[in-house]
Amino acid sequence: MLAFVLTLSLMLLIVVVVVYAERKVAAFMQDRLGPTEAGPYGTLQPLLDVLKLLQKEDIIPSAADKKLFAIAPVLIFVAVFAGFAVIPLSPGLVPAGIGIGVFYFLAIVSLDVIGLLMAGWGSNNKYAMLGAMRSVAQIVSYEIPAGLAILSAVMICQSLDFQEISYQQGAIMNLFPGLEYDTNWLFGIEALGINTTAVGGITTWNIFRAPFLLVAFVVYFIASLAECNRAPFDIPEAESELVAGFHVEYSGFRFAVFFLAEYAMMVLVCLVAVILFLGSWNTPLSNIGPFKLAYLTTGTVGELSGILWGAFWLISKTLVLLFVQLWARWTYPRLRVDQLMHLCWKVLTPVALGLVLLAGIWRLLMV
Amino acid sequence: MEKEAIRNKSGVWDVVKSLVSGARLTMQHFRNAKNRRTPEYVSDENYFKQPDGLATLTYPYEAIPVPDNGRYRLHNEIEDCIVCDLCAKICPVNCITIESVKATEDIGTTSDGTKKRLYAPVFDIDMAKCCYCGLCTSVCPTDCLTMTPVYDFSEVDIKNMVYHFTDLSPEQAQEKQRLFEQQQEEQAAAKAAALAARKKS
Ligand code: SF4
Ligand code: SF4
Repeated sequence: MLAFVLTLSLMLLIVVVVVYAERKVAAFMQDRLGPTEAGPYGTLQPLLDVLKLLQKEDIIPSAADKKLFAIAPVLIFVAVFAGFAVIPLSPGLVPAGIGIGVFYFLAIVSLDVIGLLMAGWGSNNKYAMLGAMRSVAQIVSYEIPAGLAILSAVMICQSLDFQEISYQQGAIMNLFPGLEYDTNWLFGIEALGINTTAVGGITTWNIFRAPFLLVAFVVYFIASLAECNRAPFDIPEAESELVAGFHVEYSGFRFAVFFLAEYAMMVLVCLVAVILFLGSWNTPLSNIGPFKLAYLTTGTVGELSGILWGAFWLISKTLVLLFVQLWARWTYPRLRVDQLMHLCWKVLTPVALGLVLLAGIWRLLMV
Repeated sequence: MEKEAIRNKSGVWDVVKSLVSGARLTMQHFRNAKNRRTPEYVSDENYFKQPDGLATLTYPYEAIPVPDNGRYRLHNEIEDCIVCDLCAKICPVNCITIESVKATEDIGTTSDGTKKRLYAPVFDIDMAKCCYCGLCTSVCPTDCLTMTPVYDFSEVDIKNMVYHFTDLSPEQAQEKQRLFEQQQEEQAAAKAAALAARKKS
């Protein structure tokens, strides 16, 4: 129960920050000011937006399928929120530390698609229907490169447990039960003979343990943009042609839930990217000679310092990735449907398949 | 920055290069966001030297000054008005309403020395009708009707767009009217008396 409340409030906090950042980043990139009136520098803007949405009338179109229409936003939000359950916040703090976390994550997040389809179909509106169909087509196809990219990281780590993957990428790897006698080699290649187990920091991050995972990270990042319907892959929502896609008929509270779910999804995919590729809650600072920077900025596992350092690194890395998402949104124009599918099936999927093969070979070199 | 367009079938490298140049462009704007445009008049030497940074001004708090000879809200300095009615006559949309009452006594001169002979119990300009052509200001012989730099004066009620410039209250206006009529009567009586005296002789 505590974990539930904690995760929910943390998620809401990050979402509020991201919504505010989105407006400010968009404004700054377009030489505007962004919100300035509500609170200092407009910081209260996202809260007031939510308040405004909550005050609005709850409209259900008379021709809509009322049950589907009402359940859809809740289903989407629940699917996304359930994904947060397996995210380890810091060493020793994970809402639900299940051994097949990665698999669970992929499964629960795909449930999102059903919610979108329900919303689009239930609205009984052609824009919503088109938006939902595009959305489903896009998300289902992009799950393949995303899944393959994740798979290559999983093959390197030999684990489906987010917490175990996190431990493997830091200086305190040997504290995890089952990893006591494992070692990290530079670039993951034992033949080089440089032991980085106690060095930690950036040298043990997955993109360093197996440098080809950098490509996997890029593939995953692109695919995750598409999965959370972010520009440049926002054709399901395409304000300029589909009005707002599948949620065109929604207003007030239900729209707020969609909005929340969308931003929570952005946060979630970035968290997963950080955990799988960018060292999770591990510090980027390494132990260099006598300077034990890695231990210093990791804290003690199980104590408050460990939790705070872990949460700090995880969230700051996530915010950096989120900034890149915003940056991409305000830089690149939207892809056409055919370009989108071309990118997914003819570029990302073959690359991801190649990565999986490479991951297998690399793993053989590691042991 | 890449100037050439990316052809449809160009290689991966070209595409990456164009993606990076786009990202660099927006990043540059993002980094320049600490600079802000300052509200300076076009004659200021800084005016054209602010190509970077945020272009928005927070309008009610900051505004670029308007030109001195711009045509915005009218103002009548009623002290200097000789109520000659020229402005009302030239106005193409008839938005100036003037009523005049002849003064019975000496009411002084305007600041440029013209003698004032009339009171203006009504001097209204309907800014909602005005087309800001500025003709009235150019015909005004005493230059008392001018354009001010005020351009933000929208109103909720359109009646408030009629500006009253008279300096007489309705009572004062009635008093002046009465005085004038009295004087007329006195003059008429004096005239009649003079006429009768002439007839008698
Ligand atoms: S500016 Fe033109 S329209 Fe307005 S009051 Fe003067 S003459 Fe009339
Ligand atoms: S033209 Fe000038 S002086 Fe004459 S009535 Fe108009 S404002 Fe007064």
